[in-house]
Amino acid sequence: MIRLISILAGLGFAIAALWSFGKGAYVVMTEGMGEQSAEYALHEKVRGPEGGFSFEGPVGNWDRQQLQRGYQVYKEVCSACHSLNYVAFRNLAELGYDEGQVKAEAASWQVPGIDPNTGEATSRPGLPTDKFPSPYPNSVAAAAANNNAIPPDLSLMTKARKDGSNYLYALLVGYGEPDPAKLAEYPEFETPTGLYFNKYFPNVNIAMAPPLTADGQVTYSDGTEATISQMSKDVAAFLTWTAEPTMVKRKQTGWPVLGFLLFATILAWLSKKQIWSSVKPRKED
Amino acid sequence: MSFSWARQYEPQTGVTKWLDERLPLPRLVYNAVGAGYPVPRNLNYMWNFGVLAGFFLVLQIITGVVLAMHYASDATVAFAKVEHIMRDVNWGWLMRYMHANGASFFFIVIYLHIFRGFFYSSYKAPREMIWLLGVVIFLLMMATAFMGYVLPWGQMSFWGAKVITGLFGAIPVVGEPLQVWLLGGFAPDDAALNRFFSLHFLLPFVIAGVVILHIWALHIPGSSNPTGVEVKKESDTVPFHPYYTAKDGFGLGVVLIVFAIMVFFLPNMLGHPDNYIEANPLSTPALIVPEWYFYPFYAILRAFTFDFFFVPAKLLGVIAMFASILIWFILPWLDKSPVRSGHYRPLFRIFFWILMADMALLFYLGGAHAEEPYIMLSQLATAYYFLHFLVILPIISQIEKPRPLPYSITEAVLGKDEQAAGNKPAETSA
Repeated sequence: MIRLISILAGLGFAIAALWSFGKGAYVVMTEGMGEQSAEYALHEKVRGPEGGFSFEGPVGNWDRQQLQRGYQVYKEVCSACHSLNYVAFRNLAELGYDEGQVKAEAASWQVPGIDPNTGEATSRPGLPTDKFPSPYPNSVAAAAANNNAIPPDLSLMTKARKDGSNYLYALLVGYGEPDPAKLAEYPEFETPTGLYFNKYFPNVNIAMAPPLTADGQVTYSDGTEATISQMSKDVAAFLTWTAEPTMVKRKQTGWPVLGFLLFATILAWLSKKQIWSSVKPRKED
Repeated sequence: MSFSWARQYEPQTGVTKWLDERLPLPRLVYNAVGAGYPVPRNLNYMWNFGVLAGFFLVLQIITGVVLAMHYASDATVAFAKVEHIMRDVNWGWLMRYMHANGASFFFIVIYLHIFRGFFYSSYKAPREMIWLLGVVIFLLMMATAFMGYVLPWGQMSFWGAKVITGLFGAIPVVGEPLQVWLLGGFAPDDAALNRFFSLHFLLPFVIAGVVILHIWALHIPGSSNPTGVEVKKESDTVPFHPYYTAKDGFGLGVVLIVFAIMVFFLPNMLGHPDNYIEANPLSTPALIVPEWYFYPFYAILRAFTFDFFFVPAKLLGVIAMFASILIWFILPWLDKSPVRSGHYRPLFRIFFWILMADMALLFYLGGAHAEEPYIMLSQLATAYYFLHFLVILPIISQIEKPRPLPYSITEAVLGKDEQAAGNKPAETSA
């Protein structure tokens, strides 16, 4: 009895699924799979910087000089619109700054404060314990200043996008005009007013104006030539660090853990072998 | 409760004798996972995954309790609290990555444990109760994992919660009020986050309780084995300790190596980047998907795209998704073949591997965009899934001619059994 009911129920589910399949297949046959949009065709696969990043791979490490340069790009360019909410000035010590430099760096930023005499909202120089301040007092102000597109917080940006470090680099160098050959197939394609064409952005029209527009926009103190590509790479590295400051420590911890586990597993294998040797072995197949 | 030749616990010291007379806890452990539990001698490595699942349950509880010390289930700070754990708590990143990847590994070993049960028909009499409790554990795990994924309050947390609780909205008449009641509001917010945190903390201990029942029920008939032939005599078994403690120890080592590679070098591979964006009710992600371990069931949910007679497509999807797991409860009564092991069932074996391929396809489709040809594929895969359990299994168990079974486990292992010669002709091939 139960099997009869089950067979009927099974046929019911299968027929219902195949019913959807049949109707879907009919739609596909009569109307096709749907046309590819211009945005889809003009989008290009993310391409990282030449030579990659120093922190990639299981033994990768930060390039502290690069992180400092990236911090400089963030401070002089990105921070005009983008916050870095989860990072504190004290964290900058990990970029190779000493205590005095961290204090001086913190003090070069104005953070929201309270006037000790009147209790009114004011601003004061930052302390190492402060987090990076937001460029806008609230999200309404951020939207108002940016054509209704709120600049996202950058602390976790490289983790919040697929292949984030490379994506960020590609995005910063990806502004320009669409490929003319591809554009010929989509003559009606046009980037809407107020948006900018970027072949690496998911729908190729991004609200952010090109932030890095000229070589030498930032003057590096270590003598590195500040090309657009170099600045993009440096700030992508810096924002990879802000997204996960513990990344290198994590990888470095992994190796001894793996070594221990490998050793323990070999021991476990040997003891298993010895214990089972007292039982007659399986017959040979 | 156990075989007559099971070794008896004999306390050696004064203290253990004293304890044994008052609270025989060491005796319980000795009989459960010690030398007092005789186990078939022919278990292969597919029998490691029960112990491994137990390990990951304990790991999840330990790391979870530590994480809870630094977390706050308030929608305004939950996301920042998780970042606080990642950045400022000593070894917090390790705890969180172990917990997140530990959930994935818990599901990996549980799926292998379940598929082992499918192939060797571990659900058959007299082990139905073990199987039923196992399905209960799996359902509890799914509820726990779903609520745990909401806690970081990222985009995928929020939208996943919205989609999954929205399933209840498909129930006729009571659906909408039920959904509001479950969430404590019209959309996931503080009320939902708080109750999910509370339940996410509670349910693992409920799981631990059902695990105890699962192991208790296991010890009544004893473990199954790859031949599916029941234990007949002492030479068919070895004591759990040291034989299987050693084998499980090795298996645990291998799995932990893979686990460590994931935790230390690819900790976000199984997660979704969108969950590093704080929940935003005004911005819908391009693709809303649950965690990978729900993909097959999510694919079944999404497979029903057209109304079927008077049943709306959405309701049909919800019913099918729940049914796809609930049918496991009646599995022992659908598959009536007297032979347990797939090794001796030529027809069943073919369909088992088709089911595995079908599950693999559903895993892939559950994470894919809802567009053709993925939708059509998921409809075919869903149809086969139900046909397999509800139609094919009952029928093949009637018409199949199984291959001859070995007389005993001893014969299967050693190729001969002195007792077997007197009982039946030794014509088996294994």
